[in-house]
Amino acid sequence: MIEIENVSKTFTLHNQGSAVIPVMEGANLSVQPGECVALVGASGAGKSTLMRMIYGNYLAASGRIVVGGIDVAQAAPRDILTLRRQTLGYVSQFLRVVPRVPTLEVVAEPLLMVGEGREASLARAGELLARLNIPERLWGLSPTTFSGGEQQRVNIARGFAHAYPALLLDEPTASLDAQNRETVLSLVEEAKVRGAAIVGIFHDEAARDRVCDREIDVTAFTPVAA
Amino acid sequence: MTPLLQVSDISKYYGTRLGCRDVSFDLFPGEVMGIVGESGSGKSTLLGCLAGQFAPDTGEVLFDTRGEGARDTLKLSEPERRMLARTDWAFVHQHAREGLRMGVSAGGNVGERLMAVGARHYGDIRDQAIDWLGRVEIAEDRVDDKPTAFSGGMQQRLQIARNLVTGPRLVFMDEPTGGLDVSVQARLLDLLRGLVREMGLSAIIVTHDLAVVRLLADRLMVMKDGHVVETGLTDQVLDDPQHGYTQLLVSSVLQV
Repeated sequence: MIEIENVSKTFTLHNQGSAVIPVMEGANLSVQPGECVALVGASGAGKSTLMRMIYGNYLAASGRIVVGGIDVAQAAPRDILTLRRQTLGYVSQFLRVVPRVPTLEVVAEPLLMVGEGREASLARAGELLARLNIPERLWGLSPTTFSGGEQQRVNIARGFAHAYPALLLDEPTASLDAQNRETVLSLVEEAKVRGAAIVGIFHDEAARDRVCDREIDVTAFTPVAA
Repeated sequence: MTPLLQVSDISKYYGTRLGCRDVSFDLFPGEVMGIVGESGSGKSTLLGCLAGQFAPDTGEVLFDTRGEGARDTLKLSEPERRMLARTDWAFVHQHAREGLRMGVSAGGNVGERLMAVGARHYGDIRDQAIDWLGRVEIAEDRVDDKPTAFSGGMQQRLQIARNLVTGPRLVFMDEPTGGLDVSVQARLLDLLRGLVREMGLSAIIVTHDLAVVRLLADRLMVMKDGHVVETGLTDQVLDDPQHGYTQLLVSSVLQV
């Protein structure tokens, strides 16, 4: 479902003496449907960079990143947007929403975007919010005013609303209490059962051991200093 | 899918001064493109050329018309272009006063556009006008007030209602949130985003506000000194800018 071949990444800082910083080289990764692969490595090793490249948020310098038959490293913006809408979900560490939009709508939006009916979408959104212990009296409010932990749970609910065939998870259990952590892990397990290919970053080792089938150490993709 | 708009090699000079040069892109139905750059970068010149406000020196703007397929809008006769501007296009100006008739009531401003495309039944026109004022959050009891009695944010929302009432397929927006309070901006952005999605509009938005394009635009074009220096998916251009100017632009945004 997710095939990464020989991907490299450099950052060129034009306004800081045109410094060229190679951050990744020869990255390879293959994730099958129903499999969850953990990216590991020290902070700064490139876990998030690799994940952002899979999502098309960072531009790969070379190589192929094929998700659901589309090479994200080459595809036109609208093809990447279609891929993100239908196939590839991403639960980032931070919630980014339009001010004023109620929480229930924020969570239902991915379903509405793939043409799901309004009622069914809102029902699914409500079910997820309830599982993640967001009190119903908050559903009609914009999540911009919520606490950090609440925002993260809204973000997770949104990420799991649509049954994406491929899913990227950036620290989904960080800063959650035991009960919510348990819910998130069961959501990940359910996604695996329905056949989602998952790439995740988990600093929480117990969580990683429980849901991930194998680990990829991204340190192996660090360019050798010239 | 056929692009709604195919733009190739648009250049425009003001005398010997460059407005914009060799701009090409395709816009597909339902797509929203942002054009960012500092003032003087040529973004408004480009928008004006695309919307038929002034003629570029070179280039082609093919629009996929409802009846006759792709036609070069720069070669249309004046009546044809005006008809297209009334039925298929909308232009939201930065200053609402430029896009409104200030001496006519709010309802009249919206209704006038309906009459321009053939509506004649007074009751229907008034009902539609009130419906649209509601959609842009202007209370029904303001329908007979003139825009001069409205706040800046209300004028802008009225301009949007006037432009969208005829169900255009392509909307040009020039700094639609410029000069408004942030609270009013947020409301307007939410409104625009909802309308774009509901109506499946294609839009080209010129702005210097990167937060606006992050919320509204699918893709981004960055202009500098009349040239396009970078294009791509909006979040990719903003989070991983490749060109020196874009990097400067992104890193210059003040954090709140």
